[in-house]
Amino acid sequence: MKPSILVSLLIMSATVYVIRALPFVLLRRNITNPFLRSFLYYVPYVTLAVMTFPAIITATDSPWSGLLALIVGVVVSLVRGDLFTVALSSCVTVFLSELFLVH
Amino acid sequence: MRQQNSIVSGRYPAIGDHRGWMLRGFRDGFPIAMGYFAVSFALGIAARNVGMNAVQGFLMSLGMVASAGEYAAIMLIGAGAGVLEMIATTVVINLRYFLMSCSLTQKLDPKTPLWKRFLLAYCVTDELFGISSAVPGYLDVAYTYAATAVSVSGWCLGTVLGVVVGNILPARAMSALSVALYGMFLAIIIPPAKHSRFMGCLVALSMAASWIFTAAPVLRTISSGFRVILLTLAIAGIAALVRPVQPDDTPAKS
Repeated sequence: MKPSILVSLLIMSATVYVIRALPFVLLRRNITNPFLRSFLYYVPYVTLAVMTFPAIITATDSPWSGLLALIVGVVVSLVRGDLFTVALSSCVTVFLSELFLVH
Repeated sequence: MRQQNSIVSGRYPAIGDHRGWMLRGFRDGFPIAMGYFAVSFALGIAARNVGMNAVQGFLMSLGMVASAGEYAAIMLIGAGAGVLEMIATTVVINLRYFLMSCSLTQKLDPKTPLWKRFLLAYCVTDELFGISSAVPGYLDVAYTYAATAVSVSGWCLGTVLGVVVGNILPARAMSALSVALYGMFLAIIIPPAKHSRFMGCLVALSMAASWIFTAAPVLRTISSGFRVILLTLAIAGIAALVRPVQPDDTPAKS
């Protein structure tokens, strides 16, 4: 069963909203279960790491520019971790390196 | 007068000064909107590449307001995924919002009516959660609503422009913008590694496992959506067993 794009967007938007809204309906107290707390704490890091690599290397015109963008992104994240600066640094790295790598 | 002073001095408005909190929210939403614009532009390009138009891109960004979530949505639509895979992937990838919402419920005045809570649920993104958690005392929801209005505008505008003018941009610029999302993800996952070797190992291990799953025979036949689900459940589960977080730990912020 393959839904249309609009139906897909509706399904996924509703799913995200339910995830966000459910705690406001159900939860009046802090989560106390240590495993659940810890699991939820680690989820974003694992998910985003899995989504970033190796995808960043195949996203660009040259795998080397993608690898450079990864390295620069990691270094800039360690020095100054705000979203905008890191995203921009990675983009500039790809652009400059591909002036030499891609003809 | 009071709210004007608070804006000028950069300090938070007084409790109950809804107008002051709203203005402060507009102001704090602006830098978020600029960051969102760059990232959602790349999302728009990705959306166009799987055959989505500007209206669909706009609806996606307005409805989901989720960077990694929308990226996954585009991948799923591009791969022709089924309904179950879409729901399962969306749940796992956006699970962090569940935790952020849990945390935000604790920032609310217990008297906050349900409709305000439902509206606040829409505002739960990495950045808006971050600034909403940072205010002292109970959260004045007008602050978060205002910041959301500004930043989601930038988010939707970027997506639409990415779809519409993404193909006008030269190939070099598109290649460069395609890493904006990954750069943003790095900005979320790398800084904690600075203070914790465990977090560094966790991120490195996750990337290594992801690479193995895209390269190894048999494993690489698993769709990208389920790869994310499987690895997240397994690795975050193991991490939670090996290193439970302290009770005073706050959820991950960007």
